[in-house]
Amino acid sequence: MTALSRTTPASPSLLHSLGQGKNLPGLLFMLPAAAFLLCFLAYPLGVGTWLGFTDTRIGRAGVFIGLENYEALWSDSVFWLSVFNTILYTSVASVLKFALGLWLALILNENLPFKSFFRAVILLPWVVPTVLSAIAFWWIFDSQFSVISWALMKWGWIDKPINFLGDSTSARASVIAANVWRGIPFVAISLLAGLQTISPSLQEAASLDGATPWQRFRYVTLPMLTPIIAVVMTFSVLFTFTDFQLIYVLTKGGPVNATHLMATLSFQRGIPGGQLGEGAAIAVSMVPFLLAAIMFSFFGLQRRKWQQGGND
Amino acid sequence: MASVDIVNVRKSFGTVPIIKGVDISIADGEFVILVGPSGCGKSTLLRMLAGLEHISGGEIRIGDRVINDVPPKDRDIAMVFQNYALYPHMTVEENMAFSLKLRGVEQAKIDERLKPAAQILGLTHLLDRYPRQLSGGQRQRVAMGRAIVRDPQVFLFDEPLSNLDAKLRVSMRTEIKELHQRLKTTTVYVTHDQIEAMTMADKIVVMHDGIVEQIGAPLELYDRPDNLFVAGFIGSPAMNFVKGKLDANDPTKFVTAGGVALPVGKAPDAAKGKDLIYGVRPEHFHLAGSGGLPARVVVVEPTGSETQVVIDIGGQELVAVFRDRISAKPGETLYLTIEAEKTHLFDAASERRL
Ligand SMILES: Nc1ncnc2c1ncn2[C@@H]1O[C@H](COP(=O)(O)OP(=O)(O)O)[C@@H](O)[C@H]1O
Ligand SMILES: [Mg+2]
Repeated sequence: MTALSRTTPASPSLLHSLGQGKNLPGLLFMLPAAAFLLCFLAYPLGVGTWLGFTDTRIGRAGVFIGLENYEALWSDSVFWLSVFNTILYTSVASVLKFALGLWLALILNENLPFKSFFRAVILLPWVVPTVLSAIAFWWIFDSQFSVISWALMKWGWIDKPINFLGDSTSARASVIAANVWRGIPFVAISLLAGLQTISPSLQEAASLDGATPWQRFRYVTLPMLTPIIAVVMTFSVLFTFTDFQLIYVLTKGGPVNATHLMATLSFQRGIPGGQLGEGAAIAVSMVPFLLAAIMFSFFGLQRRKWQQGGND
Repeated sequence: MASVDIVNVRKSFGTVPIIKGVDISIADGEFVILVGPSGCGKSTLLRMLAGLEHISGGEIRIGDRVINDVPPKDRDIAMVFQNYALYPHMTVEENMAFSLKLRGVEQAKIDERLKPAAQILGLTHLLDRYPRQLSGGQRQRVAMGRAIVRDPQVFLFDEPLSNLDAKLRVSMRTEIKELHQRLKTTTVYVTHDQIEAMTMADKIVVMHDGIVEQIGAPLELYDRPDNLFVAGFIGSPAMNFVKGKLDANDPTKFVTAGGVALPVGKAPDAAKGKDLIYGVRPEHFHLAGSGGLPARVVVVEPTGSETQVVIDIGGQELVAVFRDRISAKPGETLYLTIEAEKTHLFDAASERRL
């Protein structure tokens, strides 16, 4: 191919430019990664999308039925409830994770005694397998044996155990709390890494310029942290939006679908319910939301004007 | 503008003493340079002045106010950092206006202060740039501009020129000096470069290992160094030191360990009989006819404007600098005289001047 394109230098075709010295080895080196991506990302995604247009059930190959699954979902109130739940869950949990994570990162960035010990402890919720921590939360939220109810009763604040996962509002609050607990380490440690790239002399300069601690945060720390905040929060939103394990262990979507997220509903319809086609359609409906989050990060991540040009 | 008094100030990091009792008084409008080798505690002292380091002992006053426990933002001090510490997300204009904005100065007033400052520093056409888009020298100017617009009581500079190339450093030296003559703000300037200190300061404070070795005007330090450290630190190339004693019969002669006699000006009585160190600056050697002190040439280093020659006198290597061009070859003998009045005698034990 290389020889061929050399003999016809007049045609600036794609092949030609690919064949030029540097690009070919580059392409060759990309092949394994591309093959890997195709097998393990593109193929399942393609199959999932295709299933969404069929009436496949477990044990019975389906036929193409066009948009029927989506039409059914359009008028399915449980589906719309799960969309609402997912948006509520993602937005409340993300905001909380951001606020608490930033706060933790700021504290950890101070000169604390036992600094590295605290930094290690912060990571714990993240390294524990989700299912394990979900089971722990299951006990914490148990209607009989909840440690929270027990403590509150000891102090005499309440007189009977709270049924955390029993009614829709408290169930939603409970799963959000569990998700926040699990997601904070990622946000806190990433933001801490970001904070540590900010030169301390900037803070010193600001304090000599007359800034109060709040003003130093508002006008120096926060603006310099925005690029990393954009990355971290995009990932956090994606993780939260697609969360499955916590909900599945804690509530299985109940009570009365109050905590069903799109991911859990898709699984429930598809696997235990056997309606693979419909489950796939629900999963595919998540894609526009995820794309929106990625677009947001794409624009949020663009290098700010002050980061461009020159080097130090 | 204000005077600054540093009284018996101490600083320890943990149990390690870094500043061991420093006294400096700085008059209103004075340009004082703290100079000393790296690690002697200059930056630490400056940062205590700024309020960025806690003061372990002693007192610092600005004007009549003791500022030991005043937070940095209330000290009315502006500092130029070695790495400039410009806010990367703000334009030059925003960097310079930041402190005024924080104090709630209205935009019209800010412009009024900012424009002339930018003018003085030649930053007018750069006001919309971000720090990343500036060269080292321009960043340096912005850092100074940020200090100037505030019109503070005291300017602090921490090695502001050490990140610049040699040529720019020389021109910025002049610029800072001119700026001080125009603004007359009390300035404390830290450097490890004795040439910077000599050329810019009204008063030099020589520091070494957390103590002040000597305070004085540049030429005072050059002409009458208090001790061996200052004598060796100020001046380039450095002063030559030779061990020996005064001649028992003739106190105008210093006899080296190798038995060579060197001329001395007025030797004080205290010097008689003691082990001494004789100091002579390279520029105080002169070529003589054949009657002078014989010196064997070891190395000749012409710089164009002058010639540095490493010579051997009685087994001791010394450096001499001549304004003339010298065509001597290594191994040849030069005949030299020494300006006796400009030589120095130090007690070998205490290293103090006699
Ligand atoms: N925060 C600190 N903790 C411990 N030691 C320090 C600290 N800051 C400076 N030092 C020590 O204090 C000494 C003086 O430092 P510094 O004032 O920066 O010297 P310089 O004269 O070069 O500016 C050095 O030995 C340095 O290691
Ligand atoms: Mg320093």
